[in-house]
Amino acid sequence: MEVFLEAFITAFTLIINFDVSLFEIVGLSFKISVTSLLIASIIGFPIGVFLAITRFTGRSLIITVFNSLMGMPPVVVGLIVYLLVSRSGPLGWLEILYTPYAMILAQLFLILPIIISLSTQIFVELHKEYKDFFVIFSVPPRKSVITYISDSKDSLITIFLAGFGRAVSEVGAVIIVGGNIDHVTRVMTTTIALETSKGDLPLALALGIILLFISLIINLIANRLKIKINKETYE
Amino acid sequence: MIKNNYKTVMLILMLIFPSNIFGKDILLQSTTSTKNSGFYTYILPIFKEQTGINVKVVAVGTGQAIKNAENCDADLLIVHAKSDEEAFVANGNGIKRHNLMYNDFVIIGPRVDPANISKSKSTEEALNSIFELGYNFISRGDNSGTHKKEKKLWNNAKIDISDYSGKWYKETGSGMGTTLNIASELNAYTLSDRATWITFKNKKNLEVLFHNDKKLFNQYGAILVNPQKCPNTNIEDSKVFLDWLLSKEGQNTIKKYKVNGVQLFYPNAN
Repeated sequence: MEVFLEAFITAFTLIINFDVSLFEIVGLSFKISVTSLLIASIIGFPIGVFLAITRFTGRSLIITVFNSLMGMPPVVVGLIVYLLVSRSGPLGWLEILYTPYAMILAQLFLILPIIISLSTQIFVELHKEYKDFFVIFSVPPRKSVITYISDSKDSLITIFLAGFGRAVSEVGAVIIVGGNIDHVTRVMTTTIALETSKGDLPLALALGIILLFISLIINLIANRLKIKINKETYE
Repeated sequence: MIKNNYKTVMLILMLIFPSNIFGKDILLQSTTSTKNSGFYTYILPIFKEQTGINVKVVAVGTGQAIKNAENCDADLLIVHAKSDEEAFVANGNGIKRHNLMYNDFVIIGPRVDPANISKSKSTEEALNSIFELGYNFISRGDNSGTHKKEKKLWNNAKIDISDYSGKWYKETGSGMGTTLNIASELNAYTLSDRATWITFKNKKNLEVLFHNDKKLFNQYGAILVNPQKCPNTNIEDSKVFLDWLLSKEGQNTIKKYKVNGVQLFYPNAN
């Protein structure tokens, strides 16, 4: 039990001392995951709407594929991205291996299926309610996409959180394509893996506590946002 | 067209992530033993101050480091498995192999030493005692330099270790630190390089039980990745770095690195 106490004390000291390397690591984790989340949303939500409102052969197969990709092991994603962006791989000319960009790419692969699958489900429900209305008033498709996205804001926040959670918490993919290079590609989870392998378990756990703490804050903010959106909708 | 868009996106991303990715950094593939011991955190700033060259280190097992370098994902390789290093050069992947520094391997085990290996006269005898007792031995099992060394030692002791895998001989498939964590939890024997052991913080009941045998010698080699095979390699700066490491000054700097008053690496460039 000592190790838990020591971890809490270490976590606390790191935070109140404003530990520079800690903030660098947390900042990088944040930037990478937020960037991949934004890119995934820009790509994923329109695909979600498309899959929800159109009917074509193979549609349900595509949905099933995205659903199963949600469970893709991060280490496999890491391996695939590594083979793609390795200097000897097809995207080697990008020269992004062992940089944050490769990590963004890996996280993009990880969370895109989540964004697509979950948003498809939400838009399918919405589409049932709205489709007659859109037909009667002959709303153009572009406009209807925007309406779907803006009318499901509170559900989309949940999807954001799920995507962000997966991105920020995984280690298998980013350690392969990032290389855990100090000051360049070292993020929260790879630091925890490193400190564990050095046998410094209290420090590793302290970092884990900080990661949990950050995710708690994000969820609190998201919750407030959801409450605000719901109020605006019903008042 | 794609390349043009790529530049715009990169420009935007560069503002968010101002890490020097187009700069002339050196990419070094190396082993966990050198990195976890703090060796690079000590030596790289000294080198950077003199030359302004930044070195980025990826620390993986020797087997994976060599594989990554074969894929051109390295400018320089510092690992510890001589025959593999020589094969790497012979296959045209590297320019030349240089001796850089050495230390030694140690056999770690529970303080009570159930197999009584601390009294052994040779590594073979120590391993045979563990084998006869069938006491837990944790192996890296990851094709790293340490793992290769360990297999060679079992071979020397005329024990076919694969017969016991999953019984008292347990292969973790992980790095040295993770393997030591498991050994300390199971109170088992294991082979470690001395640098990782000295800097390892979760020792619990483990200690060094057998060492100082010539067979436990641990040589680190350095190889420049061949620019003819990998045209994108940063050969100029890596050469500056390697020459410095092999120079009198670099070797002296290696010698001065100590943890808890103990010297971790002994320079031996020729």
